[in-house]
Amino acid sequence: MWIKVHLPHSKWRQNLTIPDQLYAGACVINVCPPLPCQFGKDSTEAWVTDLQHCKLQLLIMALRSAVCRLLVNPQRCAIISASRSQGSAAPAQKAKVQFNWRDGLELEGQLTEDEIMIRDSFRDYCQDKLMPRILMANRNEVFHRDIVSEMGELGVLGPTIKGYGCAGTSYVAYGLIAREVERVDSGYRSVMSVQSSLVMHPIYAYGTEEQKEKWLPRLARGEILGCFGLTEPNHGSDLSGMETRAKFNPSSRTFTLTGSKTWITNSPVADIAVVWAKCDDGKVSGFILERGMKGFTTPKIEGKFSLRASATGMIIMDEVEVPEENLLPKVSGMGGPFGCMNNARYGIAWGSLGAAEFCFHAARQYTLDRIQFGVPLARNQLMQKKMADMLTEITIGLQACLQLGRLIDAKKAAPEMISMLKRNSCVKSLDIARQARDMLGGNGISDEYHVIRHVMNLETVNTYEGTHDIHALILGRAITGLQSFTVNT
Amino acid sequence: MSRVLVGVKRVIDYAVKIRVKPDHSGVVTDGVKHSMNPFCEIAVEEAVKLKEKKFIKEVVAVSCGPTQVTETIRTALAMGCDRGIHVEVSGKDYEAMGPLQISKIFAALAKKEEASLVILGKQAIDDDCNQTGQMTAALLDWPQGTFASEVTIDGEKVKVVREIDGGLETIKISMPAVLTADLRLNTPRYATLPNIMKAKKKKIANMKPADLGVDEPPTRLAGVKVETVDDLVAKLKANGTI
Repeated sequence: MWIKVHLPHSKWRQNLTIPDQLYAGACVINVCPPLPCQFGKDSTEAWVTDLQHCKLQLLIMALRSAVCRLLVNPQRCAIISASRSQGSAAPAQKAKVQFNWRDGLELEGQLTEDEIMIRDSFRDYCQDKLMPRILMANRNEVFHRDIVSEMGELGVLGPTIKGYGCAGTSYVAYGLIAREVERVDSGYRSVMSVQSSLVMHPIYAYGTEEQKEKWLPRLARGEILGCFGLTEPNHGSDLSGMETRAKFNPSSRTFTLTGSKTWITNSPVADIAVVWAKCDDGKVSGFILERGMKGFTTPKIEGKFSLRASATGMIIMDEVEVPEENLLPKVSGMGGPFGCMNNARYGIAWGSLGAAEFCFHAARQYTLDRIQFGVPLARNQLMQKKMADMLTEITIGLQACLQLGRLIDAKKAAPEMISMLKRNSCVKSLDIARQARDMLGGNGISDEYHVIRHVMNLETVNTYEGTHDIHALILGRAITGLQSFTVNT
Repeated sequence: MSRVLVGVKRVIDYAVKIRVKPDHSGVVTDGVKHSMNPFCEIAVEEAVKLKEKKFIKEVVAVSCGPTQVTETIRTALAMGCDRGIHVEVSGKDYEAMGPLQISKIFAALAKKEEASLVILGKQAIDDDCNQTGQMTAALLDWPQGTFASEVTIDGEKVKVVREIDGGLETIKISMPAVLTADLRLNTPRYATLPNIMKAKKKKIANMKPADLGVDEPPTRLAGVKVETVDDLVAKLKANGTI
């Protein structure tokens, strides 16, 4: 359906042209009748499709501004009449929108100015300062503690926290930050996630004012590094069965913690640990353990072939005396650790797509550069199909993450949403990384090309913070109302 | 005590592959990534450093152009400037605008704001003119320290180490003065998150060149091609240039 349009003065744009078909038929307008005129069907009418449903921009080329003013009808300021086009020639030309393979669904236009500035500033830091370090750090399994202080200076640790030396940004900004750092390495993003979501967040959400004042500013600056002790050697997915115990001693007003935790990011070099243990009442509580407490040791896990740029270890507690002031009082039960993990999982949903984007771009560049059988690899259909799949998953994944971020900011997000996206982003990113590795051929196994490092890392990212299957059960329970975690009922 | 004016220009990002428009009237700018001119970033960093060392009280970031330049001013605010001034010039005027008009605007602002220093980047990466700083100093009749690779404030004087063809030259000039930043002056900081959030609340004043008494840039006349050097000399003599 075509509508005759009067362009109101306020909407008049300089770069307006008529639809091509009419322009070809229309003569250049050089007569200015005294009355305001419209573009007629023969030469002066302008027809557009229903503006409600199509983003059409009228472009007028070669029309002088004097003539354009003819279109302006100051008396009327709205689209006047809708009438059916009688001619068979329906003007079809629209301003051509260029597809941007780097940003398939124009995520850029959905971000606020702050979010764009934060993302750009942090992206520059990651590419300038982190990318040069990662090759050797990963190869030699070295954790650069400095990056924590550098990130602290930039204010990206605990960014969503308000006050206590933190920036107080939106959750979408947190996601963008995670995506940029994971574009470099998932290990670095793990360090950032642990510090922000698993150490600073529980203290902020469940701690006393004294604890917040004592720990948060120093954690935000990266002066001290924390770790999160939840997973145990015999209890990974089955967290409520944890064996670490916290016995309360009324005489000294301390808790005695005994047990072990494993697969703890940062633990070998951490200054504090937020550890979850079962108390006398059978409920799980959180405790802040400090380096130097007797009986608190953190051996490093050797022989790790993933997240090598970040330090991972165990937390061994042999009757560690923890003062009462170090208990996080505002939560009891599994809700505590799960709340933290949801926070981290959200960051991972964004972050893993950053790693996938790196692999996609790397594969694209490599296949454009490498010539086999006289043509670039990218000329081949199999390669293009793989890249099309990568582009689609990344673009769709990012849109979902953006919506989730906005819901979290509006306090309208349910944990199952986060489970759904963590699960989706991780499995798709792992697949993209593997495909990219394949596309790079033999060079794909060299860490100089970085893709194999992402393949290794994403195995862990897919597993931690809830495996692919566990999140499926969380969603299954929400879908059916029937839990399938245990066999007993 | 002192106020510093820093000029920032919004240019096409250095990493972008420039494409010429099909009608050869210029380069494609629509949808292309723009950012702050790298030398302007260095200028902002120097101004903020001087403020941190307590030599100056206030840093004002100034940019001339259409509405989009406010993004560049916001980046300058996020790096530590206190407030911004957006001198609005759009459309054809913006395309015709060059260093002479910009320096007139800066000269007028420097007087209006009672600035002790005007710090600019040595040149912009899109036009590479390397003229604005020098012209501004001339219009104000202020001393200039251009191609600065080191700036030290010493009482009422500024010691500037300049990068020149022969090496380094050290000069001492009195304030108020105009400085232009060269590459090795400093390394610009990354805008930190808290500063980006704070920048939202900082003010950007809006004005037109006419408000500063600066008139429209003249329409650019087409040039004339001549065949030989003698023709050129004859033409220049004829119109009184030489």
